[in-house]
Amino acid sequence: MSKIQREPTKLVPIPSVNRIPERDIDKSPILECQHLGIDFGGLSAVKEFNIAIGRTEIAGLIGPNGAGKTTVFNLLTKVYQPTRGTILLDGVDTHSMDTAAVNRAGIARTFQNIRLFNNLTVEDNVKLGLHNSIKYGMWQGIFRLPGYWKEEKIAHERAMELLSIFDMEPLAGHEAGSLPYGAQRRLEIVRALASNPSLLLLDEPAAGMNPSETAELMENIVKIRDTFGIAILLIEHDMNLVMGICEGIAVLNFGQIIAKGTPEEIQANPAVIEAYLGKRKEEAK
Amino acid sequence: MKSIKLKQHTKVDFATYAGVIVAFIIVTLMRSNGLLGRSTIGLLVPICCYVTMAVSLNLTVGILGELSLGHAGFMGIGAFTGVIVSQAMLINGTESVPLRLFAAMFIGAIFAAVFGFLIGIPVLRLRGDYLAIVTLAFGEIIKELITCLLVGVDKKGLHIIFNYNGLKTVSDLHLAEGGQVIIKGAQGATGTNTIASFTAGVILILVALVIVLNLIHSRTGRAIMAIRDNRIAAESVGIPITKYKMIAFVTSAALAGAAGALYGLNYSNLVASKFDFNTSILCLVFVVLGGLGNMWGSIIAAVVLYVLPEELRALGDYRMLIYAVVLIIVMLTTNSSQFKSLAGSLSIRQSKKGVTER
Repeated sequence: MSKIQREPTKLVPIPSVNRIPERDIDKSPILECQHLGIDFGGLSAVKEFNIAIGRTEIAGLIGPNGAGKTTVFNLLTKVYQPTRGTILLDGVDTHSMDTAAVNRAGIARTFQNIRLFNNLTVEDNVKLGLHNSIKYGMWQGIFRLPGYWKEEKIAHERAMELLSIFDMEPLAGHEAGSLPYGAQRRLEIVRALASNPSLLLLDEPAAGMNPSETAELMENIVKIRDTFGIAILLIEHDMNLVMGICEGIAVLNFGQIIAKGTPEEIQANPAVIEAYLGKRKEEAK
Repeated sequence: MKSIKLKQHTKVDFATYAGVIVAFIIVTLMRSNGLLGRSTIGLLVPICCYVTMAVSLNLTVGILGELSLGHAGFMGIGAFTGVIVSQAMLINGTESVPLRLFAAMFIGAIFAAVFGFLIGIPVLRLRGDYLAIVTLAFGEIIKELITCLLVGVDKKGLHIIFNYNGLKTVSDLHLAEGGQVIIKGAQGATGTNTIASFTAGVILILVALVIVLNLIHSRTGRAIMAIRDNRIAAESVGIPITKYKMIAFVTSAALAGAAGALYGLNYSNLVASKFDFNTSILCLVFVVLGGLGNMWGSIIAAVVLYVLPEELRALGDYRMLIYAVVLIIVMLTTNSSQFKSLAGSLSIRQSKKGVTER
């Protein structure tokens, strides 16, 4: 396999970077992608992906199926190593980090196909999100030293506090795999939040939810942003959700950003309409 | 909620400890009243060793979720290290049996852990079947390496020859007057002072249980089980996969080493070929039959399946046939959904949780 070639890091401002909300404008963006791209064999799954996300922004990433949205998430979390380009997380290049290190640096995510620790309890799932903030070692655990009791107590309280965002405390003792679908999606968000991120990536959080559940989820996403003061980037097909809560939206088609802007701008953008609905008959002729 | 949950697994843990202690008391009473035959008494120490092996292997297979087929190799390292330690201490004037037993098991565990670490470096990069096959290979390599060892001890210390081409003999060890040869290559360890006892075995089981059960219900164990359940999700919440895989693998190897040390000190003659693939599979059978991740299940499976073939000796040629049939029946019943739902409705765990079966 040939060695992955990377272009040198460029820190010059890129004109195609989207606007970030006014309240975040004076602060550096939490995430900045420059010329990000990945090839699978001869196929460029993502190319020239440039985006900036403000510190407390709710941003949306939309696009038709197979556009490369989840691939972008996998690049950001280093499930895939980018072929080109730079990811700056709070100004720090994540090039040399692996998935676990990226999480410790501040990106947490959920998955399109839910990935919970199915045989563990709901509470343990959240405590695993808290893993890196629980400070005791293996030996303290084995010999049940005071550090174990103290830290486990704190972790338990913190886990319950996080579960209360979605009113899930009563489920704490249940096996995660036995939860209903919607609760599993919510648990994934709680687990991601537990790892204390500064940027939360949500991959189709409303998939499989009915309209009232989606409405509740929208409120909760805004609530999470307001309470934790973090940035959220979400992939979603539900346009009510995207247009309702996202402040900035990027549209991806065939691995490339075809439009960026506010919900209003995106809705009026001809390129977006074409990507979603195809060309008008008379135009196509 | 937490208090109930805590009580649940703590209850199961303490029931397991209590079960082992009660079994120990019953066996000891039966023994002092002459109710146990000579052959049964001879089985007590090996049973303890295999129970510890099953518990430790369950950490790798049931908790970490990686199939290891070379567990007997770590037992072998522990056995021969233990024999060397014990004999060396005896020659150098330490006669206290508990002290020698402890030192043998402790150093046996450390040696097995070191080998576990070294083997873990390449092995834990692999997954699934590949990992299983490579552990199998390492188990066999360990066995062959031990077969090449010539070890003697005298007042000056240990004399070790790695007899890879088979040309060296015991006289090449150049032992001083009063020295003793401990390991004679393929003949294995001979003339070992057998100091292993049932009490030591039960203490070993309890120590192994405390370590494994407390590990499982701590931050470390949670991380290990998270890797088993979903590796990608575990990485996504910042858990360093290799580190926790290594912790589980090395702990498992260390406990196998301690069990091996006790095993080695139970026989005056011991050959390395005892710790072959068959022994690894035997331990794996205990774990699978007892239930993956289920420690008390492993204990019961190890005791029953170790005792059964011995007690069936009276049946002569049909012995292994019946053993195999029993294995198949147990596998079928424990895996059938009817049996599971029956067991589920009986156990407190399920009824308390009231969660629907998947």
